[in-house]
Amino acid sequence: MGAASSTSEGTTHEPTALKRVPHDLAVALNPEELDAHDRQWTPVKIAIWSAISLLGGLSWVMLAVVRGETVNAIWFVFAAICTYLIGYRFYSKFIEKHIVRPDDRRATPAEYKADGKDFAATDRRVLFGHHFAAIAGAGPLVGPVLAAQMGYLPGTIWIIVGVVLAGAVQDYLILHFSMRRGGRSLGQMARDELGVIGGTAALIATLVIMVIIVAILALVVTNALAESPWGVFSVGMTIPIALFMGCYLRFFRPGKITEISIIGFVLLIAAIVGGGMVAGTDWGQTYLLLDKVTIAWGIIIYGFIAAILPVWLLLAPRDYLSTFMKIGTIGMLAVAIVIIRPEISVPAVSEFAVSGTGPVVAGTLFPFLFVTIACGALSGFHALIASGTTPKLIQKERQTRFIGYGGMLMESLVAIMALVAALSIDRGIYFAMNASPALTGGTVQGAVAFVNSLGLTGVNLTPSMLTDMATNVGEESIVSRTGGAPTLAVGLSHIMQQLVGGTSMMSFWYHFAIMFEALFILTAVDAGTRVARFMLQDSLGNFFPKFKNTSWRPGAWAATAIMVAAWGAVLLMGVTDPLGGINTLFPLFGIANQLLAAIALAVCMAIVAKRGLFKYLWVVALPLGFAAVVTISASFLKIFSTTPGIGYFAQNRAFSDALAAGETSFGTAPNVLAMEAVVRNTMVQGVLSIVFVVLAIIVILTAIQATVRAYRNHSSATSEDDAVQSQIYAPAGFIMTPPEKVLQAEWDALPVQKKIKIKGH
Amino acid sequence: MALLAGVRKGARSVAWFFKGVLGEDAYEKYVAHHEADAACGTRAEHPLMTEREFWRDQTDRQDANPQGRCC
Repeated sequence: MGAASSTSEGTTHEPTALKRVPHDLAVALNPEELDAHDRQWTPVKIAIWSAISLLGGLSWVMLAVVRGETVNAIWFVFAAICTYLIGYRFYSKFIEKHIVRPDDRRATPAEYKADGKDFAATDRRVLFGHHFAAIAGAGPLVGPVLAAQMGYLPGTIWIIVGVVLAGAVQDYLILHFSMRRGGRSLGQMARDELGVIGGTAALIATLVIMVIIVAILALVVTNALAESPWGVFSVGMTIPIALFMGCYLRFFRPGKITEISIIGFVLLIAAIVGGGMVAGTDWGQTYLLLDKVTIAWGIIIYGFIAAILPVWLLLAPRDYLSTFMKIGTIGMLAVAIVIIRPEISVPAVSEFAVSGTGPVVAGTLFPFLFVTIACGALSGFHALIASGTTPKLIQKERQTRFIGYGGMLMESLVAIMALVAALSIDRGIYFAMNASPALTGGTVQGAVAFVNSLGLTGVNLTPSMLTDMATNVGEESIVSRTGGAPTLAVGLSHIMQQLVGGTSMMSFWYHFAIMFEALFILTAVDAGTRVARFMLQDSLGNFFPKFKNTSWRPGAWAATAIMVAAWGAVLLMGVTDPLGGINTLFPLFGIANQLLAAIALAVCMAIVAKRGLFKYLWVVALPLGFAAVVTISASFLKIFSTTPGIGYFAQNRAFSDALAAGETSFGTAPNVLAMEAVVRNTMVQGVLSIVFVVLAIIVILTAIQATVRAYRNHSSATSEDDAVQSQIYAPAGFIMTPPEKVLQAEWDALPVQKKIKIKGH
Repeated sequence: MALLAGVRKGARSVAWFFKGVLGEDAYEKYVAHHEADAACGTRAEHPLMTEREFWRDQTDRQDANPQGRCC
């Protein structure tokens, strides 16, 4: 049997008993036939791949070498898509062949654990959409916007090259390894592969990272909704809309998800339009014009209530809305960028990439670009999703490449589009929106003076540019609207209004974008709090057994309150930070996310080593090494740098010294209270940085230890589930290859009765 | 006519995709699984849930086993 050659090496459960044709029809293609098809270069195939390579190459030349006065946005899209296609066709295939080694004769958990509920084989195209909707959130939309201060080129290269060599590799490997282990979670895999110390460090790191990520996402929403009655009304209305949807599905028409999602979407649009009317009234100005602290408290209270309410009432319907909006809006933005093709006049590499004094996020290109853009290039959080629901729904092993690697490429494309949207707005406006209030004073005059004082070539900001833009998007002011979401919303409205509606529609598009981002973030806050609560209860349960019972109300509420208090404290710290908030906290978000990626990749490395595949270990070691160097050096700079703008403790010392010297104002802090706040905040941020980096180093060291041990012992212990014979067949990629078509046709011709019988085995 | 049929087929696949991604076909899949079990003579562990019961059970399972959403 030809298929025998594809069995994985070094497993104790050598699946030689697996058959390619268990009954009448084959459940896997002959590997030799597959290989032959891959190697057969027909003239058409050669022509297509030459065209893709040439177009990709030309786009990169236009972006990196030509660098005229302006560069057209279409080159970003072409450079990205062509590179993704090449990476997907060649690099992911290479990884599949040498590391992943899928075996379609082997049943997936969706087949051998099938229960029709949690474990259910799902069509690969649907599952791709499902997985993409679960991994793509506000992260890829926000990071690239903030990194745009360094120019367009560094961010573009990192997003595109990073995803091909790092982000998509991580997602693909974790998805496959978790699937081979019956859908085990990252935390469980870490314990299995790295032992008690590594596993425990990974678990604590995951919990702390989750808290930081939720807090900073909440900070982004707070900044977008502050001083914006329109935004508060329309985003606030999503709560009653979701409650209505939840009740509709529960009591009126269970299961009619598409129907209620369309109704919800119409109500959402009505809420955006209504928000414009409400914002114009005295009532709106009096009750909905809220400051940041009030909104932050609102989100904290909301987060607690949302996390203890049953899923059907708020989370599930909000999820449907968010999925609906996500796929719709991203598709719409892609079409708009291709049709409008905005010209971009931002320099390829700006002065801030080298000087590290950028007002948006402090620090030089290395390492801070790579932590500012996490999602879209390499996102550790995906490892939690790829080891969650998705592996339990995969039909056939060979589909993990399309879903894991391909899904991440799709998210990267979203990040590129967000970058293009942010780059397409005037650079002066960009800096006025993204410099903290500490720098601009929060006023138009202050912002104009500050931005023009930066001495950027081609930037000449006038007060009317800021006030006109604010009027167009229906906001009181756009000065110091940090966090990335408002900038992206301005960029999106700037592009969309050229396609639909003109200037008069800009305010609608702006609030549409804010709503779209707030929806993801609030869902992430709710779901993140729930997951963190379960993790905390599980840990507390080791000391107080009663906490293990997650349906014990007082325990559940207490654990929820602890988690909300943790992220709420960080959120309030960011909101009241005299130094600005986003510029000091966002690096922590990126560092946290990349450290999680390093943990996930460390687990992958240990698994690959235990399978004895040392020749190809570099595929995992390369991104792991890079993520480790970037995050550890970024953390060290945050801890040890003597430049107050970068080092948390340097900042802490500067303000403590000033306080000790009896000064009553220092830097951007106007009074003693603010100075004391800086001392407190920088201490917390510094300590968090130390905790992260120490935990990550422990995990990486235990992974290296496991790798070395596997090399010395030639150990072949595996933590995979036993191989089970598969009885079903499905193609691997989005488009069927000719051999797949032939086999699929045979399966399609099978009588229904027989199919049911096969499935039921 | 061929064009019309094509459009109809396209619209059907879009609807199929959206329903799948939103998870609307979950009950159908559950019933199919249950029937396959029955066809094989494997004793079903639980009696078939009605549509209403199934959706309640689904959100209850989400309550007990939360999944993160990405950032």
